[in-house]
Amino acid sequence: MSDRIEKTVELKAPVSRVWRALTDHREFGTWFRVRLEGPFVPGQASRGHITYPGYEHVRWEAVVVKMEPERLFCFTWHPNAIDPGDYSNEPPTLVEFTLQEIPTGTLLRVVESGFERLPPQRRHQAFRSNEGGWGAQMENIARHVEQAP
Amino acid sequence: MSSRRHSQRAALRTRASVFAALGDETRLSVLAKLGNGQPQSISRLTAGTNLSRQAVTKHLRVLANVGVVRSVRRGRESLFELEPQPIEEVRDYLDQVSRQWDDALARLKAHVET
Repeated sequence: MSDRIEKTVELKAPVSRVWRALTDHREFGTWFRVRLEGPFVPGQASRGHITYPGYEHVRWEAVVVKMEPERLFCFTWHPNAIDPGDYSNEPPTLVEFTLQEIPTGTLLRVVESGFERLPPQRRHQAFRSNEGGWGAQMENIARHVEQAP
Repeated sequence: MSSRRHSQRAALRTRASVFAALGDETRLSVLAKLGNGQPQSISRLTAGTNLSRQAVTKHLRVLANVGVVRSVRRGRESLFELEPQPIEEVRDYLDQVSRQWDDALARLKAHVET
């Protein structure tokens, strides 16, 4: 069984426009339906709340992995976390947006992978040893949010 | 903790272990052989492969631990058969995540094309 989801969509808009819609946190929030607390920053956590009607109680939490301008944007998150609760010790998946210029605009590819990433036993161990790092990242984003105008 | 949340967390754990068990080519090929619904012996599952009996046994144990394979006794022999339900559950889950992406990308399209 495939452990990845792959989608391709042709967008009649220039790559620069699509890049902005993906990586400006306010624009991302408009179409993804999430209110984000601050901009996306590689290596840092992104937090907010889903604004999709009926799911406003659901928290959004992701960690931005890479931002290569107009080419690649990726983050890890907990897919389909539609019930309230702490998902931080569940295995995250990787979401990758890849942009490619085509005559009609932009070809956007989305790949979500890693559903099998960590078996439960190893996962709990990994979480324990990473707790410090995770907590530090939460502080980073909190500091970031306070500094944002 | 509500029982709903509790069972949801249990479902998440199960899902991750099923994905982990399926994320291996050898185990997928063993499952494919069991896909005809007929219980099969270890010898039969080993035949025509480069794998040892021990290796096949080990992989069957991993699959049995997450509930996608179960052993049935026939006379003196242990046979293995496919239990499709956990696989259907993770497939449903992937379909659900997949539909959410379809919806999100449709909204992105509307957002950048107007």
